[in-house]
Amino acid sequence: MEYYARLLSFGEGGWGTSIAHGVLITISLALATLPFGLLIGFLVALGQQSKERSVRLAAGIYTTVFRGLPELLTMFLIYFGAQIGLEKLVAILGIDARIEINSFAAGMLALGVVFSSYASEVFLSAFRAIPAGQYEAGYAIGLSNRLTMRKIILPQLTRIALPGLANLWMVLLKDTSFISVIGLADIMRQTGIAARVTKEAFLFYGIACLLYLALAIISSFFIIRIENWAYQSQNMGKGRA
Amino acid sequence: MTTVTSSDEAVLRPPALPHRWTRARVAGYFLVGLWLAFFIGLAIYLYGAWNIGLIETYGPKYWSGLKTTLTLVAISFLLGMIISIPVAIAGLSKNRFARRLSGGYVYFFRGTPLLAQVFLIYYGLGSFRPQLQDLGLWGFFRDAWSCAILAFTLNTAAYQAVILRGAIKSVSTGQWEAASALGLSKRVTFWKIILPQALIVALRPYGNELILLLKGSAIVAIITIYDLMGETRRAYAQTFDFQTYLWAAVIYFVIVELIRNLWDWIERRLTRHLIR
Repeated sequence: MEYYARLLSFGEGGWGTSIAHGVLITISLALATLPFGLLIGFLVALGQQSKERSVRLAAGIYTTVFRGLPELLTMFLIYFGAQIGLEKLVAILGIDARIEINSFAAGMLALGVVFSSYASEVFLSAFRAIPAGQYEAGYAIGLSNRLTMRKIILPQLTRIALPGLANLWMVLLKDTSFISVIGLADIMRQTGIAARVTKEAFLFYGIACLLYLALAIISSFFIIRIENWAYQSQNMGKGRA
Repeated sequence: MTTVTSSDEAVLRPPALPHRWTRARVAGYFLVGLWLAFFIGLAIYLYGAWNIGLIETYGPKYWSGLKTTLTLVAISFLLGMIISIPVAIAGLSKNRFARRLSGGYVYFFRGTPLLAQVFLIYYGLGSFRPQLQDLGLWGFFRDAWSCAILAFTLNTAAYQAVILRGAIKSVSTGQWEAASALGLSKRVTFWKIILPQALIVALRPYGNELILLLKGSAIVAIITIYDLMGETRRAYAQTFDFQTYLWAAVIYFVIVELIRNLWDWIERRLTRHLIR
């Protein structure tokens, strides 16, 4: 027992510090991806319900492509592809250089496109749940397109889309584990190193699982708070059903 | 009088011609053009990089990798379906202990990454080698293939249990009551009345889960199984040719689209009686 406690301690000979670093990387990657993914997802959803057919087509291709590829493969495609693409681009300019893409940025981009293509479907179905009368009412009292969107549609949209987005956040949190294969020191990689060095694979991979579970539990705590915030206008402080 | 004619004019005036090149249209054409350029670029790249030696060497390997992927997905999806039934029933039971057990199982497998589960089973259980050898199970847990099947089955069973539970709950209690009024036993009611209605609700989520499982199966490449992704990584490591990854992307994409369209077709056929 003492042996295990020492393995997990934060001091000399313990793996606590490096695993804590891994947790930090995982959380920051997920948090960095979220706003970018939400924004792109929202724009793609707007595109998907545009009156203009070409915009719908372009947005449709985006979601079909990125929902049809395995996340791991998307990660490799972006990581190696961006590297090779940039090298070729630089070669055209006459510079011969080896370019190393930051694996954090590559991971963020890959997770972001996957997240946004799923998020756009959530936003789209939320848009469809808002009756056209809401837009018409906004225009009738003289609000501009932009103001109608911001003051009337968006507050309702967040409420409707929230459960779906919360689900996607949980998926994103789990998908960050793929980043370990392109060399970023997240939970999965740090526990993997510890497992290989100490030969205590079950202990460390078990800890990795528990850490992800803990992150999920912490997230659901915040999600409930956000839901309460989103619903506060609906039932003035009374507990939400 | 004059006011009437002027308002009449206002009413009768033909609507302004729609603006032909609205901002949205320009943006849309630009974006579609971008995609088109991307796909044409991809096709030109793959055509230019066409190397018959490469295709002859790696084509059969990709084919065997694809077969490995599909076998893995099919076996674990079906086994997961079998396991998900008791898990879902336990989740719906009146017994609090059974409900907790089922909930804990589902929470664990849905709350942790599939990659971590695969590692936990393949590398982690290796820590118990002496005990497993005593039980005679070491042969099973030493093999990457059986570990992958086990991890995938347990994972998809958790997701499928949630789908099934939701679908069974979606059938109204009136159906149960009507069946018991007819004197049907609980078992017959479940299999003959509730389940057929629940499965139609569950059809779409099942399709999504199958696609997620197929995409998730790419990670077995990391535990040395040569599925499509594994073959791709090996080919890339040997040739440093980026087209290896592009071909894998094309194959995965085609498979996913095939499943999606097949599922749409199945759903249309099975719900024909619901369309009025």
